[in-house]
Amino acid sequence: MEYFLELFLGGLTRGSIYALIALGYTMVYGIIELINFAHGEIYMIGAFTALIVSGVLTLLGWNALAIIVIASIVAVIYSAAYGYTIEKIAYKPLRNAPRLSALISAIGMSLFLQNYVLLAQTSDFLPFPELIPEFGFLEPYSNFIRSSELVIFAVTAAVMLGLTFLIKFTRIGKAMRATAQDKMMASLVGIDVNRVISVTFIVGSATAAIGGVLIASHIGQLNYYIGFIAGIKAFVAAVLGGIGSIPGAVLGSLVLGWTESFFTGYVSSDYEDVFAFLFLVLILIFRPAGILGRSETEKV
Amino acid sequence: MLELRNVKSYYGNIQALKGIDIRVSEGEIITLIGANGAGKSTTLMSVCGVVPPRSGEILFMGEPIHGMSPNQIVSLGISQVPEGRRIFPYLTVMENLDMGAFLRNDRVSIREDIDYIFELFPILAERRNQAGGTLSGGEQQMLAISRALMARPRLLLMDEPSLGLAPLVVKRIFEIIRKINEENNTTIFLVEQNANQALKVAHRGYVMETGRVTMSDTADNLLTNEGIRKAYLGM
Repeated sequence: MEYFLELFLGGLTRGSIYALIALGYTMVYGIIELINFAHGEIYMIGAFTALIVSGVLTLLGWNALAIIVIASIVAVIYSAAYGYTIEKIAYKPLRNAPRLSALISAIGMSLFLQNYVLLAQTSDFLPFPELIPEFGFLEPYSNFIRSSELVIFAVTAAVMLGLTFLIKFTRIGKAMRATAQDKMMASLVGIDVNRVISVTFIVGSATAAIGGVLIASHIGQLNYYIGFIAGIKAFVAAVLGGIGSIPGAVLGSLVLGWTESFFTGYVSSDYEDVFAFLFLVLILIFRPAGILGRSETEKV
Repeated sequence: MLELRNVKSYYGNIQALKGIDIRVSEGEIITLIGANGAGKSTTLMSVCGVVPPRSGEILFMGEPIHGMSPNQIVSLGISQVPEGRRIFPYLTVMENLDMGAFLRNDRVSIREDIDYIFELFPILAERRNQAGGTLSGGEQQMLAISRALMARPRLLLMDEPSLGLAPLVVKRIFEIIRKINEENNTTIFLVEQNANQALKVAHRGYVMETGRVTMSDTADNLLTNEGIRKAYLGM
């Protein structure tokens, strides 16, 4: 039972991180029907930014809480700026081009950013400081839950709630929903569609950066390549849940996280990715639009 | 109020408007009639900035608006009821109306306008919490008109509001068009294939053929014009 709980919580941790990344994929796809392959790199850049900021602040002798807060905020802002800029440089000029062009541009951006960080930093794994302190009250349960996991759950839940509020009730959220449903009509009611797209990239990048900082401090190391794997997994999760659907991205991420965790725990850890993708194939055979996806009907 | 001067627009390399001149005065209902593919919808799309003209001028209240983005043009007081209605399918009726008032901040008068619209179309009040995509064609058309009215436009562009609707609904839609024009003094630029109904409600009309305006006159004269009767009224 304890083993089960450990796997359950491990899966929840993975799922939470996937969800933070998958949100960006699914929101961007919902609005401009583009798979932003550079999204995983945003997550990686978020983690690196936090690493650098926390390194500097540690040298300056700041206390742990201040370091984690400031490092996270800087990482979020920096990554959001990256997301905004990537859209402006790599996707906006191709807005009316065939979809394949933007996709290739996205892959190019992803490779560019990976190699840029590789050159600027190093290809080695760098140790990431343990930003999250061990909580005393978790001591008795330390066999199956770490305090960083608890923080990951809490932060992810808070981000989801915030995002739900943003999309359901705010003006920009309504504009985002309208733009996702009919871009031309959105502009005809006076919505600045370009602004909505920018905001979508900013929000998606910010949540990915939060995921990056959390996972790096949970695992304790990072390199330039972490965005690629995590990005692909989160993309799978978004497709699994139904790309374009926000609750779908969260659900897909949790399902993927648990699948990986339980299969690794009970069957074999060598086949972790095999199970993840096998599961994706199975779901897509029976629900091509994903778990919560809407199947596109032709408009008449 | 609205003036198109020698407007030429293209879809890719295809020239859809070959230099058209149209003038709409304040308080008028103007209709643009013509066959499929004559360029009627493109004309409206050029006015609202979705298909910006490649040459020529479009003036609204004397100011050039060609080259502005669609959302800027909306903010000047031009709203559109687009072809095919384009209701936001997953937003509720209320949310669709809200989107129509996207650029307004005056909550109190927005509330009043919603009441006015529910008076105009009681069925929308009944369906206020239903998703737009679940409405019938006629209800969607009413919602599309209402959504455009929520912007309190000075100029209302309507593209084929009668398309695909039952005759009784069509009749109702045209009554509403007249009512909006008379009660709020809203200027209306109406594109229609249903030339008979359109000319009955309009003050003046333009006839379009393959990207050119071939005739313009008062609606009454066009209704009795022999060529028009043969070509567009089926008589």
